[in-house]
Amino acid sequence: MLEARYETALKLYPYARVAEQAAAATTRHTVVIVGGGPVGMATALDLARRGTQVLVLDDHDGVGVGSRAICFARRTLDICDRLGCGKRMLDKGVVWNVGRVFHGEGEVFSFDLSPEGGRRNPAFINLQQPYVERFLVERVREEAAAGAPIEIRGCNRVNALSDEGDHVSLEVDTPEGSYRLEADWLIACDGARSPVRGFMGLGFEGRVFEDNFLIADVKMKAPFPTERWFWFEPAFEGAGQSALLHRQPDDIWRIDFQLGWDIDREAELAEDKVRARVDAMLGPDVEYELEWTSIYTFQCRRMDTFRANRVLFAGDSAHQVSPFGARGANSGIQDADNLAWKLDLVVRGLAPESLLDSYSAERSHGADENILASTRATDFLTPKSAASRLFRDAVLALARENAFARPLINSGRLSVPCVYDELPLNGDDALVGGPAGTRVGASCPDAPIGDGYLLAGLGDDFTLLTIDAEASEGFVDDGIRVTPFAVSTADDRSGTLAARYLGEASSAVYLIRPDQHVAARWSTFDETAVKQALRIATGRATA
Amino acid sequence: MSADAPGLIVTANIEDGDGFYDELLHAHEGLDEAASHALNARLVLVLCNHVGDRTVLTDALAVARAASRTEQDA
Repeated sequence: MLEARYETALKLYPYARVAEQAAAATTRHTVVIVGGGPVGMATALDLARRGTQVLVLDDHDGVGVGSRAICFARRTLDICDRLGCGKRMLDKGVVWNVGRVFHGEGEVFSFDLSPEGGRRNPAFINLQQPYVERFLVERVREEAAAGAPIEIRGCNRVNALSDEGDHVSLEVDTPEGSYRLEADWLIACDGARSPVRGFMGLGFEGRVFEDNFLIADVKMKAPFPTERWFWFEPAFEGAGQSALLHRQPDDIWRIDFQLGWDIDREAELAEDKVRARVDAMLGPDVEYELEWTSIYTFQCRRMDTFRANRVLFAGDSAHQVSPFGARGANSGIQDADNLAWKLDLVVRGLAPESLLDSYSAERSHGADENILASTRATDFLTPKSAASRLFRDAVLALARENAFARPLINSGRLSVPCVYDELPLNGDDALVGGPAGTRVGASCPDAPIGDGYLLAGLGDDFTLLTIDAEASEGFVDDGIRVTPFAVSTADDRSGTLAARYLGEASSAVYLIRPDQHVAARWSTFDETAVKQALRIATGRATA
Repeated sequence: MSADAPGLIVTANIEDGDGFYDELLHAHEGLDEAASHALNARLVLVLCNHVGDRTVLTDALAVARAASRTEQDA
């Protein structure tokens, strides 16, 4: 019988019996997604919008309690704009740009994340994960109402799974007993402890960091500015080696304390103990309510490959990092963005199954970047040797008066979009003098166009972006559509479009993938070259 | 390393070497061991930033590390 592992705050998809549970024959679904968190829902939404049938199974009936992931990057907002919920996130979220770093009593330095404009979305918003999940589910309901082939089944837990070669067979438990179903493809978005990974006996090795962090979400009306404040060796009592204060919507503030390894978790979570720490940080006269507390540890690890025949892994089930840098949920959304269009093409028989191996190659490259950044940040935050501490303290001591030392301070390198350099789907990078930021493999940066923005003009298909170049009419190559999008530097008097897409060139042609990464670029249009790049980008040819 | 880039200088390059050495020791005067280590760490960072060139820094780390091995072997 199905028992809840945690309390749900919002019952978004309560259990409802389906005819399949009593049917004699087993139903075959095209795609089954296990796990209804942000990664599972984003992948499902993207697939269904493309017309591929998808069923989401979640072992609960909605969103769990607690803010959990709170920091969403521009790239995530850009992806969610394409999926139709970016604006809801931006409207609800708290925009922040300034971060301050303190050491002991004093401020060491501050930074501003968005010195340059010309983008629809800010560098970051803070927004509690439950809001993100809710907005994604709202979009799923809207798309389903409009006829998209998508269904969510709450309180449906996968109990057993077997790879049958050309499909996956599942046993699913519900409050009314179990039933069987089949899937052509299965995507495991079932989190760091992924039961699917366990059923398949796949490894998940990595480095454990011996440290505990206490999260306290407090609700208060306080005059702190909307900034990220990070303390090394904070002066306030009981804060541990580092502390973080960050604002969320609804007058909620996230506070993190680094507690060390040998602690009594139960004792540390006692309300009076948490309050003593928070009081010391905020000062004695600040009134607040404790909304949520939790203690977490973390590991940096990933699976060797994110594809096992018909089963694909996305988000925390495939890779895990420390929370410094907001690289968990943000990288999971990039997984969804990378996987959905590829699986859709494979399902429709327009691309070979090997295209899915590029999902694993590209996103494990992203995971490696995130693990490296996160490991380095953790080594700075929690020095593991005398020498490591010596240099960490030397950097902090120098940084107050010496600007050169500030870039060495690492309180988490914030998530930036992954660039798929040197990977198999990349085509020609033949734009002489083209900017490095839009090289082949990069995700497209935004730029102003007339009264709007460039990224708003990129849809769900491949796009052929021409800038002051001969405009193609677009085409369909073996069923794969390429949509034209012609712009001119005259559309942007600020010069941002030219700076980001032309560099020293006077015209440009970009082939852009459905996930807004650059597949190839040239200075002028050549249909043969574009078609060849399209074939490479869809796994139908090799470079 | 490209042919025209000046690599790590491994020949004597400090004018008035004895004077420099004296100044280095003076900077540590009155410091206990921990404070001396901390000063050295800050000095390393200041000098590495001045050099900047990543190849030179990597080579310098290798030279310093190799001497440490010799010390341990002896």
